[in-house]
Amino acid sequence: MRAVTWQGRHKISVETVPDPEIVNPRDAIIRVTSTAICGSDLHLYDGYIPGMRAGDIVGHEFMGEVVETGASSTLHRGQRVVVPFTISCGQCFFCEKQQYSACDNSNPSETRDVSELMMGHAMGGAFGYAHLTGGYAGGQAEYVRIPYSDVGPVVIPDGLADDDVLFLSDILPTGWQAAVNADIEPGDTVAVWGCGPVGLFTIQSALLLGAGRVIAIDHFPTRLALAKKYGAEILDYTKVDVREALAEMTGGIGPDACIDCVGMESHGFTVDNILDQVKVKLLSSTERIHALRQAILACRKGGRLSIPGVYGGFADKFPLGQLMEKGLTVKSGQTHVQRYSGELLDMIQAGKFDTVSLISHHASLEDAAEMYRHWHDEQDLYTKIVLKPGLAKGAVSARQEMEHA
Amino acid sequence: MSRSKNDLPDPLILAAAGAGIAVLATGAALWQRRRHRESRGQEETIATDAPHWTLDKTSSRALFGKSVLINRPRAELYAAWMPERFPEFMENVVAVDDLGDDVSQWTIKAPAGREVTLVNRITERVEDTSIYWQSTPASDIANSGEVRFTDAPAGRGTYVSLILAYDPPAGKVGRLAAKLLQREPEVQARRDLHRFKQLMETGEVTTNASPSARGAESPAEPHI
Ligand SMILES: NC(=O)c1ccc[n+]([C@@H]2O[C@H](COP(=O)([O-])OP(=O)(O)OC[C@H]3O[C@@H](n4cnc5c(N)ncnc54)[C@H](O)[C@@H]3O)[C@@H](O)[C@H]2O)c1
Ligand SMILES: [Zn+2]
Ligand SMILES: [Zn+2]
Repeated sequence: MRAVTWQGRHKISVETVPDPEIVNPRDAIIRVTSTAICGSDLHLYDGYIPGMRAGDIVGHEFMGEVVETGASSTLHRGQRVVVPFTISCGQCFFCEKQQYSACDNSNPSETRDVSELMMGHAMGGAFGYAHLTGGYAGGQAEYVRIPYSDVGPVVIPDGLADDDVLFLSDILPTGWQAAVNADIEPGDTVAVWGCGPVGLFTIQSALLLGAGRVIAIDHFPTRLALAKKYGAEILDYTKVDVREALAEMTGGIGPDACIDCVGMESHGFTVDNILDQVKVKLLSSTERIHALRQAILACRKGGRLSIPGVYGGFADKFPLGQLMEKGLTVKSGQTHVQRYSGELLDMIQAGKFDTVSLISHHASLEDAAEMYRHWHDEQDLYTKIVLKPGLAKGAVSARQEMEHA
Repeated sequence: MSRSKNDLPDPLILAAAGAGIAVLATGAALWQRRRHRESRGQEETIATDAPHWTLDKTSSRALFGKSVLINRPRAELYAAWMPERFPEFMENVVAVDDLGDDVSQWTIKAPAGREVTLVNRITERVEDTSIYWQSTPASDIANSGEVRFTDAPAGRGTYVSLILAYDPPAGKVGRLAAKLLQREPEVQARRDLHRFKQLMETGEVTTNASPSARGAESPAEPHI
């Protein structure tokens, strides 16, 4: 089959690789019909995620058609499914608590050691996201093996297009969990840093969860325009002092909840010799946490801080005293996707979310390398890219010019 | 079959007779620790409730111990911990043959395509609670161990603890065994324990087997 592979920093190539096989009874194989590139993939692209190996198949946002099932899979051939990026067994302590991204079984014995060394505990498994999270092949490919296929995949009813539901795989539940973690009370003012796909779904979710007002912060005009379209007031951080503006918009007290949808690429990690170097590297790594720092300082006393943005290690100059003195509540984490799948699918069908207008480009899987380049270099124009294995090479379709509000 | 704690099990007496002094040493490490723990209270000045296998510095430990939470009832896990099933979750174990009288022979993968043989006797069983074993002189690697099953709080299932002591003998086989041990005695034990957890909780051993663009890898085999 054809698959998008990571070959090194800023090196993505589409290769012919072996087809996946059923290995365990609960497995299924799906034929991918749509797969998106995520902000998290940029961290891989830039080489900041430790544990990537040249030749790894990437991609964790995907859906498709079931083509093969293991003896104890509950799926059937021909079903259309969206697959959560988190691989979760459904039966461990964490899965039973619906903390799916913390699944204690999905990261195999062989790969969990390094993960445990770095984080204190081994992270749960994920598709296409380095060997720290299990080393599973990703979904930017023609076919994917899905472990625990009786737990994760969401069966999609007829009549819903791929674009309507694809983001159930990650960014829609991620935005939803980000807003849920902000413990929004009716009428709250919620500030959202970052108007990438995650921020855009966070804005929609915060309003659905009762926020009176959402203030979104970014600097790309197209992304800010989308934020406005979804109901946020917007701040371009290149044009205003964000903290001053937020204070002045809230009578001086600051937003009730602040959500960091920026995340940071941690520096200082190399892919080689992780086992030997990880301890040293941990101590010398820094994160760029500008947005997070700003969020902590801007937040009202006794307010809430939600962090869906991804961080990898230790951070310098973290405003710990400010966090403590202001008495903020912090919630964070990789998304427990399976926990929200059902209700979010219902909400999509009820027309509560706009899942489509943030997609700027559809392209062939064959053009992945070029699309990664655009996603990295032209974030204003490229707000979300969906790759289709079915499209012919070069068949790129871009969104119509956005009507600026 | 349960023994009183002060009784030396047969293999130890055999070992003391000459063939495998090392067996005695490792057995003693475990047994002393147990006795030490049981008699604590009179002579111990610094109180601690830490498990006995965590007490010394990592570098000076004669024992290795590791615990995992398994979301299954204690009796079910105790029943599943049987030599016949070890090859299902112990990666380096090729086969376990029952030699009768609670003695089993383990064939273990070693570096360079070699194999190492362990001959272990179960010395004590406490129903639904613990299983102790001790190698016999015929074993290439002297080892002893305990697996312990304790109820986890709040209906979370069971804490399963694996405690091991080992000591390779000298000689050619000894060097091979040492190499094997050096490579990963504790890593292997930890991984095996996690595979046992996976098998008991999910019904299968987790694998990341999947394709890659690396020519040497098969999509049906796990990779690191
Ligand atoms: N928790 C999870 O499970 C999960 C899931 C998916 C993505 N993520 C993470 O969420 C983050 C966002 O993902 P995305 O796909 O939207 O990424 P993205 O790169 O498309 O968007 C990030 C946005 O943040 C903006 N930004 C950068 N610095 C800023 C600042 N100082 N103030 C305000 N805005 C700033 C950028 O202009 C960009 O528009 C990433 O870190 C990603 O890894 C987490
Ligand atoms: Zn993603
Ligand atoms: Zn689990």
